[in-house]
Amino acid sequence: MNRRIVITGIGVVAPGAIGTKPFWELLLSGTTATRAISTFDATPFRSRIAAECDFDPVAAGLSAEQARRLDRAGQFALVAGQEALADSGLRIEEDSAHRVGVCVGTAVGCTQKLESEYVALSAGGAHWVVDPGRGSPELYDYFVPSSLAAEVAWLAGAEGPVNIVSAGCTSGIDSIGYACELIREGTVDAMVAGGVDAPIAPITVACFDAIRATSDHNDTPETASRPFSRSRNGFVLGEGGAIVVLEEAEAAVRRGARIYAEIGGYASRGNAYHMTGLRADGAEMAAAITAALDEARRDPSDVDYVNAHGTATKQNDRHETSAFKRSLGEHAYRVPISSIKSMIGHSLGAVGSLEVAATALAVEYGAIPPTANLHDPDPELDLDYVPLTAREKQVRHALTVGSGFGGFQSAMLLSRLER
Amino acid sequence: MVTGLGIVAPNGLGVGAYWDAVLNGRNGIGPLRRFTGDGRLGRLAGEVSDFVPEDHLPKRLLAQTDPMTQYALAAAEWALREAGCSPSSPLEAGVITASASGGFAFGQRELQNLWSKGPAHVSAYMSFAWFYAVNTGQIAIRHDLRGPVGVVVAEQAGGLDALAHARRKVRGGAELIVSGAVDSSLCPYGMAAQVKSGRLSGSDNPTAGYLPFDRRAAGHVPGEGGAILTVEDAERAAERGAKVYGSIAGYGASFDPPPGSGRPSALARAVETALADAGLDGSDIAVVFADGAAVPELDAAEAEALASVFGPRRVPVTAPKTLTGRLYSGAGPLDVATALLALRDEVVPATAHVDPDPDLPLDVVTGRPRSLADARAALVVARGYGGFNSALVVRGAE
Repeated sequence: MNRRIVITGIGVVAPGAIGTKPFWELLLSGTTATRAISTFDATPFRSRIAAECDFDPVAAGLSAEQARRLDRAGQFALVAGQEALADSGLRIEEDSAHRVGVCVGTAVGCTQKLESEYVALSAGGAHWVVDPGRGSPELYDYFVPSSLAAEVAWLAGAEGPVNIVSAGCTSGIDSIGYACELIREGTVDAMVAGGVDAPIAPITVACFDAIRATSDHNDTPETASRPFSRSRNGFVLGEGGAIVVLEEAEAAVRRGARIYAEIGGYASRGNAYHMTGLRADGAEMAAAITAALDEARRDPSDVDYVNAHGTATKQNDRHETSAFKRSLGEHAYRVPISSIKSMIGHSLGAVGSLEVAATALAVEYGAIPPTANLHDPDPELDLDYVPLTAREKQVRHALTVGSGFGGFQSAMLLSRLER
Repeated sequence: MVTGLGIVAPNGLGVGAYWDAVLNGRNGIGPLRRFTGDGRLGRLAGEVSDFVPEDHLPKRLLAQTDPMTQYALAAAEWALREAGCSPSSPLEAGVITASASGGFAFGQRELQNLWSKGPAHVSAYMSFAWFYAVNTGQIAIRHDLRGPVGVVVAEQAGGLDALAHARRKVRGGAELIVSGAVDSSLCPYGMAAQVKSGRLSGSDNPTAGYLPFDRRAAGHVPGEGGAILTVEDAERAAERGAKVYGSIAGYGASFDPPPGSGRPSALARAVETALADAGLDGSDIAVVFADGAAVPELDAAEAEALASVFGPRRVPVTAPKTLTGRLYSGAGPLDVATALLALRDEVVPATAHVDPDPDLPLDVVTGRPRSLADARAALVVARGYGGFNSALVVRGAE
């Protein structure tokens, strides 16, 4: 079945921007949303910076009961989901509910609540045999991250397939990719899909400290996330989420929906190398890019923009640059490539969806967000990373890619819908 | 085509030991021994007790893995060994697993290190050992599988979703996908979370703690383990003359209407979708491997759904998981493996310990295994907490 898939609604919760419009304005302005961690005392940690969302769940439209009950990741999912559904105008009725599914991406689920509940149950880590009497009634919902998908399904009124896709830091792309596959094969006609994560908490910060994956530019938090720069020294942890409404293209056109972009190709590959390490040659990410282009029947030279994974770890930016050269050939030197993580940090399983959203907006508005903080390019990385300033450019086809712990490599091609 | 099985279950390690245990009613449920609690963290569990990690994994991997990953790595190795296949290139073979709650014991230990000793004491492996994607990543690395990879989560329903996604990728051109799921969350914090679900049995009797479709049903016993399968392209499997267990013939998933809507569960729709996808009628299904929540209203909803599709008491229904406890994402793949073995040996394993509620419109197979003649296909049902329904049809080898 040759069904095509389009994005008809976008909802965003991002550092520095709650909502799609402020998100796009932030990205084009090249403003960074990274800062010193404010939500807990980060003094004992190596990396003390993050890209935090100024997010008040009730002001963002949730009830007091939802604000109390839901992990922050769930709050992001509902707020972004609400915006996306309203933006798309898709009506989901009782008799069409089974033709609509949900796929939420997350790397670490309800990790904040799991940590705070743990602290309560164990009296601050004092007891291995914890005291269940101290736990909140919602503890099981935090234990199984599928609760995040259930919340979005109830919000949307969806009764088709509902899932979490949790492929580490590619979850954001992969959740949308999985959703596209369900529409393409005809299982459903529409999906509410996208990633959320709220990892800025002691346990996650400690995890990345332990392997020195995060930046310790603690004295200059606003410029700490430096993809492709000589002075890059790790990623800046972020949080947030983006949810999109995906529809079968003909149905979307028929109902007169606003169409941001078509998703023409998607692929994922494993690198089978190391849980946190990357081979410098980028072969598996290149294979994912090639497979995504093949599925969309496009050539490398068609690509007008690449939204990079660009975490600003030493190995990632090298790995990715190799992958672009390997998959796009000479065109890799001509195509503009940028990393919005320079501005919004790395929100693990959410960021891939924020990047799909940014890429769709680039297609829609004909503009390319810059790589902020790129004052001093790494001479080993010799592609056009769109330093500091956004560019106006017609974007007919754009790639977005991701790479994650566990070896996950994903790529997706977004295009202007040809009618 | 399913060409290899790897099983880690509370009542048996490996296909032979597990299948023998199921047919002979050997119980894997016993007193919870993983830690010493006072009963408020559960009394019974289906623990994998005869698995010695050192026998299966190098030291380097032991330090960085939760039990759920150790079991999954062993199961994947057995499945691949049994399948005996080698893909034409690493990029042609991938891994798709499910998880319900990640490597929780590892997570609890590192939370304890952080909160009792400080950030410097958190393991360098914590960044991946407890996250939901760990089994896919570790299996891929261990066997150099660089093709399509993925991880799905839908509590107990997720394991079937993973197998269906594996079939999707094989249809899309992959030669081989290693797929299935293994879970383990029997540490104190994991048990505390499960107690809070309100669905755990309070019983301390290993033969009466988990009684789906029984008037005494009062929650389930949690277990650990699951199954990993090799899902291969049919032509390729035939070309190399592989031994084939059978195939994943159909799949359907649905999500229940919101709580309080007054509308019935959408489980029947998932089953009907799976049958239609397989091109089969209800009458083609020789046996149903039920979800068996052992929560009265959930049992009634499952019975009603099955009766609406197949007719009341028209198809044998079984739940061998009464010998293992509920294995969360591991349960679906283990039931799929069991269904394939049942079709191969033309026998329906019994639902141990259960005295079926006569008011439920089900033909529950109890007591001794029941023989099957000319069985072509079986249905496996799995439901995830919150309203997730998945159904998968398997066909036996031709």
